[in-house]
Amino acid sequence: MSEPLLTIDGLQAWYGRAHILDGIALTVGRGEVVALMGRNGAGKTTTLKAIMGLVERRAATLRFDGRDLSALPAHRIARLGVGYVPEDRRIFADLTVEENLEVGRQPPRPGAPAWTPEKLFALFPNLAEMRGRRGTRMSGGEQQMLTLARTLMGNPSLLLLDEPSEGLAPLIVRQMAEAVRRLKAEGLSVLLSEQSLSFASAVADRACVIETGRPRWTGTMTGLMADDGVRAAYLAV
Amino acid sequence: MSFLLVQALSGLATAATLFLVSSGLTIVFGVTRIVNFAHGSFYMVGAYAGWSLIERFGGTPAGFWGSVTAAALAMGVLGAAMEIGLLRRLYRSPELFQLLGTFGVVLVVQDLTAWAWGPEDLLGRRAPGLKGSIDILDQPFPLYDLVLIGLGPLVLGLLWLLFNRTRWGTLVRAATQDREMASALGVDPARLFTGVLFLGCALAGLGGALQVPREAVTLQMDMAIVVEAFVVVVVGGMGSLAGAFLASLLIGQLQAFGILVFPQITLVLVFLFMAVVLVLRPHGLLGRAEEVPPTAPATVTVPLSTGGHTGSWALALLALLAAVPLVAGDYALILLTEVVILALFAASLHLLIGLGGLVSFGHAAWFGLGAYGSALLVKHMGAPMPLALAGAPVLAGLGALVAGWFCVRRSGLYFAMLTLAFAQIAWSIAFQWYAVTGGDNGILGVWPSSWAAGKAAYYWLTLALCGGTLWLLRRAAFAPFGYALRAGRDSGLRAESVGIDVRRFQWMAFVLAGSAAGLAGGLYAFAKGSVFPTLLAVPQSVDALVMVLMGGIQTVAGPLAGAVVFHLLKSEVMSLTDWWRLVLGLIIVALVLVFPRGIVGFLSGLRSSFVRRRA
Ligand SMILES: Nc1ncnc2c1ncn2[C@@H]1O[C@H](COP(=O)(O)OP(=O)(O)OP(=O)(O)O)[C@@H](O)[C@H]1O
Ligand SMILES: [Mg+2]
Repeated sequence: MSEPLLTIDGLQAWYGRAHILDGIALTVGRGEVVALMGRNGAGKTTTLKAIMGLVERRAATLRFDGRDLSALPAHRIARLGVGYVPEDRRIFADLTVEENLEVGRQPPRPGAPAWTPEKLFALFPNLAEMRGRRGTRMSGGEQQMLTLARTLMGNPSLLLLDEPSEGLAPLIVRQMAEAVRRLKAEGLSVLLSEQSLSFASAVADRACVIETGRPRWTGTMTGLMADDGVRAAYLAV
Repeated sequence: MSFLLVQALSGLATAATLFLVSSGLTIVFGVTRIVNFAHGSFYMVGAYAGWSLIERFGGTPAGFWGSVTAAALAMGVLGAAMEIGLLRRLYRSPELFQLLGTFGVVLVVQDLTAWAWGPEDLLGRRAPGLKGSIDILDQPFPLYDLVLIGLGPLVLGLLWLLFNRTRWGTLVRAATQDREMASALGVDPARLFTGVLFLGCALAGLGGALQVPREAVTLQMDMAIVVEAFVVVVVGGMGSLAGAFLASLLIGQLQAFGILVFPQITLVLVFLFMAVVLVLRPHGLLGRAEEVPPTAPATVTVPLSTGGHTGSWALALLALLAAVPLVAGDYALILLTEVVILALFAASLHLLIGLGGLVSFGHAAWFGLGAYGSALLVKHMGAPMPLALAGAPVLAGLGALVAGWFCVRRSGLYFAMLTLAFAQIAWSIAFQWYAVTGGDNGILGVWPSSWAAGKAAYYWLTLALCGGTLWLLRRAAFAPFGYALRAGRDSGLRAESVGIDVRRFQWMAFVLAGSAAGLAGGLYAFAKGSVFPTLLAVPQSVDALVMVLMGGIQTVAGPLAGAVVFHLLKSEVMSLTDWWRLVLGLIIVALVLVFPRGIVGFLSGLRSSFVRRRA
């Protein structure tokens, strides 16, 4: 079997003096969708940020596509083909939709789908109607679509999606799930953090469950759905 | 009528230069959130470099404009170098460090420029093809100025296109809003910011080089323009290009017509205009509230400790100091007298910064007002020394009362800019009101009464007055007044919610600090026997900041240690060289980069790590 696209082992991360992550380990294979699951404050966001190089201090074995990420700054990691979609959206509110996409644009990458604004507008028809609109005047769902589209403009081969379904209306959640499946079909690998089992089970192949910054369970999504004990211990509220 | 038109046009020409320089300053601030004190230095060096190039190549129009462009580009390169060498390390620092660090660059550049081009003012040649003037309603108006007037809107338009119609501009705007997100999208913010400094400093250099045909190139250009550019940027709204354009126009006209009505106080008019605008429109004419981020706290909020034995230590130190005249000669006493005075000056500033979190960039105003107050009482009223000394804190306190009312309305950078503006008002009065203050010549012959004329006697007097005032300041720091100030500093909103009128306490602190600085100024005037406008100028304010910073902000003893080290350094080490600005500038930069916690902080850090290692 070939090396997975992303390999994380022994991931440690700190905010100031607070030791947040302790030994997170997971892999994402090519074309695979993996759900990182856990309760509020478990460390899902921090894990994704640590992969992206956005925490002050981290230590880990971090390999992506045969490269070592552990010493690289965020923009270098992004340029290697890791796309990051933050949970709090963080669109550039003063910029128009098209300008937001322009910020994310990077040259096409062999082995990853190549995106243009037109292709993205086809994927997210809502956005097409508001190309010239500034981010301040968009709904939460539209902002979430824009964040994803903006990251796709970098033609990533791996997508880090932080709670894509959080705070969205059911209709938008279904569109989001549909979009993730389309991306997988295009050949993208996805690591998404989720609290919603239904969303995760709709899109993910495998799951990795964490609690207070430590790995607790890894297996297939079907396996997780079948294991009431694990779900009750680490996921139920 | 036609005369007024020509006056308005010359105001427009001034405005164009002002806009070129201010646009660079506001762009750099908008992106990096740093107010770059050294911006005027790029203007000045741009003018010097432009002068040299124009002397050599400026005989033809192509040579002239090529020279101007080359000077601007060279300044851009220097600006980029400063970003890489200095600013990059200051993005997360409190604004006090950013202002001081870039002021260190001002000092270094001043000496390097004097070294390269000499101290003489330089007159450049006129622009080929634009030497004449045209008649506007029968009044002659220089052609070159007409070109400048056109250049202002042209540059504004080009900058607008750059920021709104190019990928680079889009990336800069994105990184301005959210640096981290931009970097997660593959944008290298460091390179972007270097580019922004290139652009901003090139604009300053362009403004400078374009002045060569209009006025003499001098070593004073840097401070003059940067202070005016501050005013423009603050009035227009920090970070707003259109605001800078509008403010330049208004201030250009204010200067053009102000000089007709109040030729003595044109500078005062400009600063008063800024103070009024800020009170009416806190974010400037076109600024937006969110343009100014919540400012990083000026201080690390370590609680001050009263320290068990501080009182007895202080008394022992006082006794020791009082005994010095028994062993020391006159020279040492003069030096020590100055150190004691400066310690009070620094401690009064520390009250504002350390307790109130209010970073004043114009504290010299009160020191100078006290000094001038004493000197004027002696010169014009024949007052005896005790009366003149008593007048110093009163006059400074009154000045601080008025200025403080404006200043405490704003916090952070705006507070710093407002205090700077009031200090510049005081300075320009001392500098321009020749009949009363003697202008640049100052006031001489301010000597102590005969009973205090001996060096030892005056030293004891100084020690007693400064010691007493320091004791009062310290009492205030640990009284409810001091706690209220600190509560306001650490969390203004929370303090308000428990019923503390933060602004009122800050105002009181401003007046108290101003009076104490005024007393120091009065003592200084009699110690020196003379006063000069430099006592109120920006470098004097910076000296106070450096003393506070050298000692360390977190401790009450810090400013005292800072005053000792700084004054000895300045009078003993820097007097050995003609290049003291260079030395001082480098010291400031080192302080900001390497010892941000000051001497006392550094020592206590050493001590606690030593204790930890032994434990
Ligand atoms: N900037 C920060 N500084 C200090 N601690 C933080 C910071 N951000 C998060 N934490 C802490 O780190 C831990 C993990 O947070 P994280 O945001 O990674 O959790 P999460 O699994 O994404 O939670 P959620 O489902 O609520 O998004 C939490 O205990 C949180 O309080
Ligand atoms: Mg999260």
